[in-house]
Amino acid sequence: MVKKEIIQFALSLIISPLLFGVINRTKAFFAGRRGAPLLQLYYDLFKLLRKSAVYSDTITPVFVFAPIISLGAVITSLLIVPFAGYRPLVSFEGDLVLFIYLLALARFFIVIAALDTGSSFEGMGASREAQFAVFAEPAFFLSLVALSRAAGQMSVSGIFSSSVTSMWSSYGPMVFLVLGSLFIVFLAENSRIPVDDPNTHLELTMIHEVMVLDHSGVDLAFLFYSAAIKFWLFGSLIIGVFFGPRNFGWGIDCIIFIVSMMVLACITGIVESIFARLRLLKVPHFLIVALALSVVAVILTLR
Amino acid sequence: MSFTLLSLGILFISGCLAFAFNKSDKLSNCIGAGGAIIASFFGLISLVMIFNFSAPFSLSLPWHVPYGSFSIAIDKLSALFLAVVYVLSGLSALYGFGYLKHYYGKKNIGSSWFCFNILIAGMVLVIIARNAVLFLMAWEIMSISSFFLVLFEGEKRQSARAGLAYLIATGIGTFFLLVLFILLAGDAGSFDFSGWQASGSQGLRSAIFMCAFIGFGTKAGIMPMHVWLPEAHPAAPSHVSAIMSAVMIKTGIYGILRTLTFLGMPCLWWGYLLIGAGIVTAVLGVLFALAQHDLKRLLAYSSIENIGIITMAIGMGVLGIGTNNYGLAVMGFCAGILHMINHAFFKGMLFLAAGSVYYKTATREMDLLGGILKKMPITGACFLIGSIAICALPPLNGFISEFLIYLACFKNISGNSITAVISMGVIVFLSLTGAFALACFSKAFGIVFLGRPRSDYGLGARETGVCMGMPLIILAFACVILGAGAAFIMPFIGSAVSSATGIPAVAVSHIISSANVSLTRVIIMVFSFCALLFFIAILRGLLLKNRRIESGPTWDCGYALTGARMQYTGSSFAQPLIDFFKGILRARKKGIKVPGYFPDKLSFETRTDDIFAESVFRPMRDIVHAIAEKLSWFQHGRLQFYILYIFIALVALFIWKL
Repeated sequence: MVKKEIIQFALSLIISPLLFGVINRTKAFFAGRRGAPLLQLYYDLFKLLRKSAVYSDTITPVFVFAPIISLGAVITSLLIVPFAGYRPLVSFEGDLVLFIYLLALARFFIVIAALDTGSSFEGMGASREAQFAVFAEPAFFLSLVALSRAAGQMSVSGIFSSSVTSMWSSYGPMVFLVLGSLFIVFLAENSRIPVDDPNTHLELTMIHEVMVLDHSGVDLAFLFYSAAIKFWLFGSLIIGVFFGPRNFGWGIDCIIFIVSMMVLACITGIVESIFARLRLLKVPHFLIVALALSVVAVILTLR
Repeated sequence: MSFTLLSLGILFISGCLAFAFNKSDKLSNCIGAGGAIIASFFGLISLVMIFNFSAPFSLSLPWHVPYGSFSIAIDKLSALFLAVVYVLSGLSALYGFGYLKHYYGKKNIGSSWFCFNILIAGMVLVIIARNAVLFLMAWEIMSISSFFLVLFEGEKRQSARAGLAYLIATGIGTFFLLVLFILLAGDAGSFDFSGWQASGSQGLRSAIFMCAFIGFGTKAGIMPMHVWLPEAHPAAPSHVSAIMSAVMIKTGIYGILRTLTFLGMPCLWWGYLLIGAGIVTAVLGVLFALAQHDLKRLLAYSSIENIGIITMAIGMGVLGIGTNNYGLAVMGFCAGILHMINHAFFKGMLFLAAGSVYYKTATREMDLLGGILKKMPITGACFLIGSIAICALPPLNGFISEFLIYLACFKNISGNSITAVISMGVIVFLSLTGAFALACFSKAFGIVFLGRPRSDYGLGARETGVCMGMPLIILAFACVILGAGAAFIMPFIGSAVSSATGIPAVAVSHIISSANVSLTRVIIMVFSFCALLFFIAILRGLLLKNRRIESGPTWDCGYALTGARMQYTGSSFAQPLIDFFKGILRARKKGIKVPGYFPDKLSFETRTDDIFAESVFRPMRDIVHAIAEKLSWFQHGRLQFYILYIFIALVALFIWKL
């Protein structure tokens, strides 16, 4: 039994960087370019892992810990998140709190590592990251509350693997709203357009990318990889809402799940291509939309 | 019990001796600190004995105070609070021994230790007192001695103001306590706690509860009765701030819990009130903390936030009892008490660390500091640990207690009861508070300890000595151990809750063991997370082996980083959030517009005053002031007229009696 779960876990670890390739290909398609290879992030990661590092002389050990903690946190969270509606390696009552707070720990360390460099740009990014989390975190919590209430479960896998079908039939509009809220949080947490532009090279406008400007070599590889896994984490929650019926057998279900993750990456690419980045002052309003959606979703569960 | 009395005696005698020898700063510093440390040691020994025997200890001595009796007792609830008092007092005293060396010849060290030791004795007595008169006397001893400690730097205008605000607030609080005890004693016919079990009408019990809420809430710092707290805590010397913030305000929580034991079945709206006040206190507290520029003021506001979280949890507990939902009741009270203990440890440590920074840099202004971590690595590392703990991030103790609150809420979100709705509200506001706390403490740690020095203040900073460093390290370890060992502490808290609420011990231990299942799993997960971090760190080391690691200036978008003044400051870090919530915060900005391309003189200043102090208490004060002004013709200082007033009053009374 455990074998399957380990395979799922390994698959998530291996496939997650591919999703960024899919996004970039989609964006390239919309821009009429050929675009970078699908496996570009893998190449980047291997290249970075083989490089030496340059450190600023202002930094303290905090700067070195941040990528390690970030990677550790997302991998630990990955243990909790279900794959294709199947049980993950770990699941217990209240694990969703651990999930959110592990990601918050990673955020805390990346923010202080950015402040560690003493660069004003990185301080700017750190400030924005801390600000947007204030709006995104309650929205995310509330969406999970709504789902947890509807499913009568208190663990991530319980919510996303047991009763999705019945949830759609009895709480359809609620699930729909939660989906909207989760998608906005997903875009924000993964620093995608319209919240943040991962491709821009204008430091003033970036959030996540500007915080890691000073990281190099192995550290940067860790950060890229943890960003990829974070994308997988949030993505698999969104796909998890759809993933009700599990009647094709484990192998086929897994393939369907992976394909749906690719589709999600495509959708992200499309969103990034057809929307402009919001003004930073407007981002909180965008995130409050997510909060409002999840509040309404919770109210709908109160019938 | 005898050890507790012994510790009280040592505290009193060493305090007096320190005062008597105040000609010699060194001697009184040794006596004062030594006495507090030894007393804490004996106190802790007595607690070990109490937790080993199940029967509560009690003692009653004849006493010649009207209505009073010197009756004291230690039950499980008292013991938990006492443990916190003793541990923090001992460590703060050790720290204070180092800290006060700085003030030799400048301040009266002896009287400072006198007040400190009496403050601790007062807190111990408050917690073990079982008679209303004794309780109030201990309460006043505690308040007055801490008032003098706040006035330590009383020559500064700010400190004097803080002391006055504190005195007024604590006076108002005591007034409500007086009413509270009179109501309770009137109901039971005795001033001893032992006979109190309010049996009166709903209205009377609610009135009693409201008195306790206001009276004890003032001490605890529940909004809007908190206004004294952000003034008084930064003004006191740091080891005293640590005691006040980590321990003394918890006597307010203790008071509320103790009062609840007298009131029997609570009304539901008490729970709503506690939860509502807790939510307001937590969210506004952390928002104001974020807006502060003064490091110790930030910590003081964050104490308000944590009191809010504790109040929320206790409110859930009251709601649980009111709805006969034992699961919620036990979980709520346990989470509240556990968070109380945890907060004492990490906030104590944070205040001590902030004190070390102040001691070495002579400023508490965050925007003038920077890069302190390199100069004070141990203090900085401890502050980092404290920050992680207070943001409730895994793997430390703050996470465990907030996890319990979340767990209590998640267990009750199904169904359509009011409990479910409130649980959801608590979840969302707790997560909001957590996100704010993250912003607040990444600012506090990042700006003070990281980056480069923003002014000359931090240049001379060095690591502090053993006396000031040791308590920090011990408290940091305690945060780790309390996090990892929470499942072992839970039964103790459970037995305290059982003795305080009257829920049968069997039911409590059943609920706790089921909560411990989740708790243990979380702790195991957190441990495996740490192990994973270790592996990744090794992997990083292997990858970087035999590679050339270079160092250079910060890559500031193509420019080598030049002036340290270009860095983000705490104010600029917090500015987006402060601006977004300007409707609540009313931050005031003062500055001049940038003239021309090469401006030479600029000034810009922001300050965030407490909204309650500004828009509730200031107008109230103004009204009182205006009325007093109008009546001032009445008080003119001429004796013959005063005698006339007395005469008129007597005649009036005489006629009325006829």
